[in-house]
Amino acid sequence: MTVPPYSDPPAVPAESSGRYSLWRLLREGLNGQRGWSRAWAKATPRPQYRVVIVGGGGHGLATAFYLASEHGINDVAVLEKGPLGLGNVGRNTTIIRSNYFHPDNIRFYDFSLKLWEGFERRLNFNAMVSQRGTLNLFHTEAQRDLFTRRANQMRLLGVDALPLSRAAVKHRVPLIDLDHGRYPVLGGFLQPRGGTVRHDAVAWAYARAASAAGVDVVEHCEVTAVRSAGGRVTGVDSSRGFIAADTVCLAVAGHSSLLAATAGVKLPIETHVLQAFVSEPIKPVLDVVLTYGAGHFYINQSDKGGLVFGGAIDGYNTYGQRGTLPMAEEVAAAGVTLLPGLARLRVLRQWGGVMDMSMDGSPIVSKTGVEGLSVNGGWCYGGFKAIPAGGVTTAHLIAHGEPHPLAAHLTLERFATGRIVDERGIGPYPYLH
Amino acid sequence: MLRIPCPWCGERDEIEFRYRGDASRERPAAHAGLAAFNALVYTRDNPCGWHAEWWLHVGGCRQLLKVVRHTLTHEIHWVGAPGEEPPSRPDGPPLPPQAGH
Amino acid sequence: MAGPARIARGLLTDTSRAIDFRFDGRLFSGFDGDTLASALLANGVLLAGRSFKYHRPRGIVTAGPEEPCALVDVIGARGREPNRLATTLALRAGLVAESQNRWPSLRFDALVLNDLLGRFLPAGFYYKTFMAPSWAWERLYEPLIRRAAGLGRLEPIVPRHADPAETVHHHADVLVVGAGACGLAAAHRLAVSGLRVILAEQDVVLGGGTLLDERWDSWRAATCVSLAALRCVRRLPSTTVLGAYGHGVFGALETLAPAESARCGGLRERLHVVRVRRALLATGAHERLIAFPSNDVPGVMLAGAALRYLRCHGVAVGASPALFVNNDEAYATLFALDEAGVRCAGVVDARPTSPAAERARELGLDVHLGAAVERVTGRAAVRGVRILDADGRRRELAADCLLVSGGHTPQTTLASQLGAPLVWQDRIAAFTPALAPENGQVAGAARGVFGLAAAARDGEAAARQIAAQLGRSPDPATAAREAAPLPRDPEVTPLTPLWEVGGRRGKAFVDLQNDVTTTDVRLAAREGYEHVEHMKRFTTLGMATDQGRIGGLVGSAVLAQARGVPLASVGQPKPRPYARPVPFAALAGGEVREHYRPARRLPLHEWHAGAGATFVPTGLWLRPLVYSPQSTWEAVLNEARAVRRRVGITDVSTLGKIDVQGTDAGKFLDFVYANTFSSLAVGRARYGIMLREDGMLFDDGTTARLAPGHFLMTTTTANAVVVLEHLEFYRHTACAALDVVLTDVGDQWAQFAVAGPRAREVVAQVVAGVDLSNEAFPFMAARAAHIAGVAGRVFRISFSGELAYELAVPARQALPVWSALLEAGKPWGMIPYGLDALNTLRIEKGHITGAELNGNTSASDLGFERLLKAEGDFIGRTLSGRPGLKDPARLQLVGVRPVDPAQRLRNGLQLVAQQERTTSLGYMTSSSPSTEVAGWVGLALLAGGRRRIGERLIGLSPIHAEAIEIEVVSPHMLDPENLRVRT
Repeated sequence: MTVPPYSDPPAVPAESSGRYSLWRLLREGLNGQRGWSRAWAKATPRPQYRVVIVGGGGHGLATAFYLASEHGINDVAVLEKGPLGLGNVGRNTTIIRSNYFHPDNIRFYDFSLKLWEGFERRLNFNAMVSQRGTLNLFHTEAQRDLFTRRANQMRLLGVDALPLSRAAVKHRVPLIDLDHGRYPVLGGFLQPRGGTVRHDAVAWAYARAASAAGVDVVEHCEVTAVRSAGGRVTGVDSSRGFIAADTVCLAVAGHSSLLAATAGVKLPIETHVLQAFVSEPIKPVLDVVLTYGAGHFYINQSDKGGLVFGGAIDGYNTYGQRGTLPMAEEVAAAGVTLLPGLARLRVLRQWGGVMDMSMDGSPIVSKTGVEGLSVNGGWCYGGFKAIPAGGVTTAHLIAHGEPHPLAAHLTLERFATGRIVDERGIGPYPYLH
Repeated sequence: MLRIPCPWCGERDEIEFRYRGDASRERPAAHAGLAAFNALVYTRDNPCGWHAEWWLHVGGCRQLLKVVRHTLTHEIHWVGAPGEEPPSRPDGPPLPPQAGH
Repeated sequence: MAGPARIARGLLTDTSRAIDFRFDGRLFSGFDGDTLASALLANGVLLAGRSFKYHRPRGIVTAGPEEPCALVDVIGARGREPNRLATTLALRAGLVAESQNRWPSLRFDALVLNDLLGRFLPAGFYYKTFMAPSWAWERLYEPLIRRAAGLGRLEPIVPRHADPAETVHHHADVLVVGAGACGLAAAHRLAVSGLRVILAEQDVVLGGGTLLDERWDSWRAATCVSLAALRCVRRLPSTTVLGAYGHGVFGALETLAPAESARCGGLRERLHVVRVRRALLATGAHERLIAFPSNDVPGVMLAGAALRYLRCHGVAVGASPALFVNNDEAYATLFALDEAGVRCAGVVDARPTSPAAERARELGLDVHLGAAVERVTGRAAVRGVRILDADGRRRELAADCLLVSGGHTPQTTLASQLGAPLVWQDRIAAFTPALAPENGQVAGAARGVFGLAAAARDGEAAARQIAAQLGRSPDPATAAREAAPLPRDPEVTPLTPLWEVGGRRGKAFVDLQNDVTTTDVRLAAREGYEHVEHMKRFTTLGMATDQGRIGGLVGSAVLAQARGVPLASVGQPKPRPYARPVPFAALAGGEVREHYRPARRLPLHEWHAGAGATFVPTGLWLRPLVYSPQSTWEAVLNEARAVRRRVGITDVSTLGKIDVQGTDAGKFLDFVYANTFSSLAVGRARYGIMLREDGMLFDDGTTARLAPGHFLMTTTTANAVVVLEHLEFYRHTACAALDVVLTDVGDQWAQFAVAGPRAREVVAQVVAGVDLSNEAFPFMAARAAHIAGVAGRVFRISFSGELAYELAVPARQALPVWSALLEAGKPWGMIPYGLDALNTLRIEKGHITGAELNGNTSASDLGFERLLKAEGDFIGRTLSGRPGLKDPARLQLVGVRPVDPAQRLRNGLQLVAQQERTTSLGYMTSSSPSTEVAGWVGLALLAGGRRRIGERLIGLSPIHAEAIEIEVVSPHMLDPENLRVRT
């Protein structure tokens, strides 16, 4: 007897989950928690929508929310093949920041950061946006110069960035070994407004708000193909039948190529795995998001006490969300080198997500060659921080048919014209990014 | 972790190799034009399934290997030298991506 | 026997060796072979810690790594180690342990307030509040939450020395995971079939479930002796297989016993990387709890754990235990305790009847069939057990501990990682893995075959299958020599699933470490977090260090009931690696701290160090930066001026060098370089630029032609490795038809540059038989020659902009040649110069390095468009013609001078227009004080730079509060006609 597929409960009509507040918590505490209701309605897909968004992760749900709230378009379905929010939005290292090199990227990601700053108030959901700062260490003068350039570019655009001396770095992170690693720490650059956000809450918050605004959030509905006729999208084939749509937007991260291919669209994307890890929970010991400059390694401490950390992608095409042992060893080695006090701390869990690595390392928010079909993808391993901006700009693209000014540099045309957006000059080699 | 059967060195851990990406396209002729070279450099099939790819055995014989590997199960169907093609096709159509979370 | 509860000898404890230890400041005594948990229990200590959220008193619940509650801090010489499991922590002399997560003490914890306020702190409460006022999250709420979170404490120290680490690599035929009855039998069968076997067992000894049944002692002993005698078997006790990585690769973590650790220089763990052809998972099953109000009171323990404490450590966990079970297997504990003389307070069996219950009655025990425990009385210890009998009446058992068993759940973590879907089995009310045979076999309790003899036979059968797959069958004679006969399994009746006893008020826990209750699970369902993965994340069930092993399935069952669907369709959350928590140090291995990356040293490293060089890490290399204790501009300019005015010598051995030979070598270089090399005359060198296929500049270097079919290419230091790989890739693909061979000779040659107006005089002294006059050996000449008697090569190339020669000799001969050059240079005041001086010299000339060749610049950006060959294909040709790469507004290389010569320049300055200072027009890439003109010079990338020569802009560094007026100049600031290099 094999496990039968998930069986849906009957469709529940959209009802408000009510406002979240301390007062409500107190009231329900006295009421045996009986007054809580579904955070989002479990919708059954209708045969036709104005907009179908494929992918119930951070970007798909955010796009749906902003379509409804900014553009008054709620004839929208978000179709998610499994339970929502369990893709990359549910398995990342939760970092938000806007310290990029390219001015267009700085503007885009800082727009996202500003939206994070207003997130809880806008969505009435505590996503624990914690702007504790992101600190990038440098170990050579060349690195310092690169970060100087970047910080100055950020400051020109009104975004916060400041250099920290060695002493200031050590003061901020007592765990750091400045001198005895292979590459001593020469200093760091801090973005004070960077930080972390509770990732699960983001998906749930957007789902709840979108659902409350009338969007159909449909889980356990796998889209198998995008259908088009005469160069125009007509709808999607799904595990729950054909659903017609005027506009289809793909927001499926590492699976973008597969769905785009069904519409005859080939994308400049390779799918790679990125591992992330969490340690056992301990009392507070790190209050900033820290990135190493002498190896690909970043770490922060969640509010539950576990240290969340990761490194580079494994480096070859894969859809298997696993991850290889040598990369785990490399990440642990970087961690122990930078923060030797971690040696006896234990790594608890490891997981892998499939990253949509674009061929220049920057995201894609774009129309495609098929009319009515747009793509939100190519986020590489930086999609989480971009969720609000990705949602706003994708909603704009869908609603107006033209890119949002802040995402105009992220169209597919850039690969043909040569206006690629390669933050670190690595080239069209995703396995090197 | 991949163990890649190098035709010259035998089965070796993946860390001995450098991945060089998609091997399904040949470099276009010199005057093939922008569209052809754009496709070579930027466009990817990126299948969830059998994938022909290059691996350079930098920690061994330094030969370039063409490997046909399944990008979901990581099963390796065939390894050969550049210019060679696998004698048989791997079984079955490409698998759909797993619903595993 | 030490300790009030120590009533017998134990299999693992050596009662002749007492060990003293401290827990929360009190001194206790135990024995060698005890764990901290067994020693505490022997001393009657029940209270071990406080729970994470509610700070409720907690005790010891299990006897193994699945322990959810008894986590302690261990205070050692190297500081404090948090979150150690008392149930697996081996007792050693001088052990000092402290309970966690309580203040001020374990007995009186102030935060027990959370328990009282529990109704206001349900699962996910934090998502619904803490939002106002908006400043309060980061300044008030979050710091408080963070302080309350986490269990143990890590001291923020920087240990002086790295922990020892060891990684062991194995290659074998079969990995058997688990050495219980099933694994032992399987390993034996595989070994006699002639296969190489690795047998990994997480416990300190082999035996698994056979340790708990004395009828199995002799079988176990005989089998272990057999295995020990077989050379093809490698036994790894105390080793947990962490994860499956595919292609037969597994990672495993071995914990060293204190004595062995001391013998191995303090090594605590070993990481094993195992490569096999097949795996056999005999990972067993672990007992699960039953959810009822107050099922977390210290003294409530799993029945199997109590049996282990008795058999292995001789400890009776209570003076009058009661049992609460729904299966026959748990009765083994009852019978063992009774036999040991412990008077049991009663048995509560949820089933209406069972032979084991009958046997218990025959022993005179008080058995309640069809009954359930409703709650336990007591808070810091069990005082009594309240039950609801089949007749509807409520009674209280006078018990001081309650042993619970809700059934057994197969351990499926590894099987899941190997891709096995989980299949519901009604018979055991649990999921078993359906592993595809090509991925491995699952046998024994891990696939629901309970009973030691049945498991052993199952293991044998699985082993035979694997042996057959691998083409081995046991020699009939050996096969006939069976291992010791298997004791018979008792008859069992199936269990009746019992997940929860409801109806009464109070918290009934499904995850004891994260304090997740049945109410929380139902709340998750009510709020729509009804998929098991959502429920997990919403409630945090299964997300603690124990990954919810003993209660996860119970949580799923509560969820299924709340949703009104079968448990089979709810499933359980996907288990994640690692199977047990892994210390960073073990995973990190030995390449940490100073050894994080290898250090590549120049052949003359010792000489440079002796000459007072300060070294700078450049990638993996250590290069001399300046010959002075610190890099000051004074010291650097001193070196650079020596070059400009007299002569200097520098070590450029780190350059990548690639030998290119073959009849088609020239054709090959024409393809990989943007400019032409097939036209290069023999005995000449040429500067070459290399593009990526996308048209961006990739690397530059000088390539010399030593013979018609022999070139020597140099690359930048930073790109040496990637350029070689790039060339090899094209050599094997697009250039496969060419007759050309590439050889990396970077380490073979040491190379020195002698540069300055007096360079010819110096070089002429050591180079024999070559006419070095300007006519005979012009700029860009290249020849083999003897240098100080050593066969080498001379290249007349210049990075510094002065008359210069680069001399290459075999690396072994570096020192004598260098010394000879120094000697020759003495009359001219030649001094060595380092990387900083080299940088200053090249900046004045407008020569590029990685700062300008940064992966985002095209040939045209840097002024090299003339170099691109007009005819013939080369890498990057087509895409370099894209409109975006030809845009005149692109950042182009320019030179920069400060308008006020007294002002310094800075790398990373953003260049802006005088009137509009928020839009960046470009940035400074390189800068230095000049050797010849007053003040600083620099290079920058500026939008439309070449049309802006002569303009005045502002260089801004907001992070330094600097604004400098600058003038845009040609990058070739010194000797733009290149007269000096051609003298």
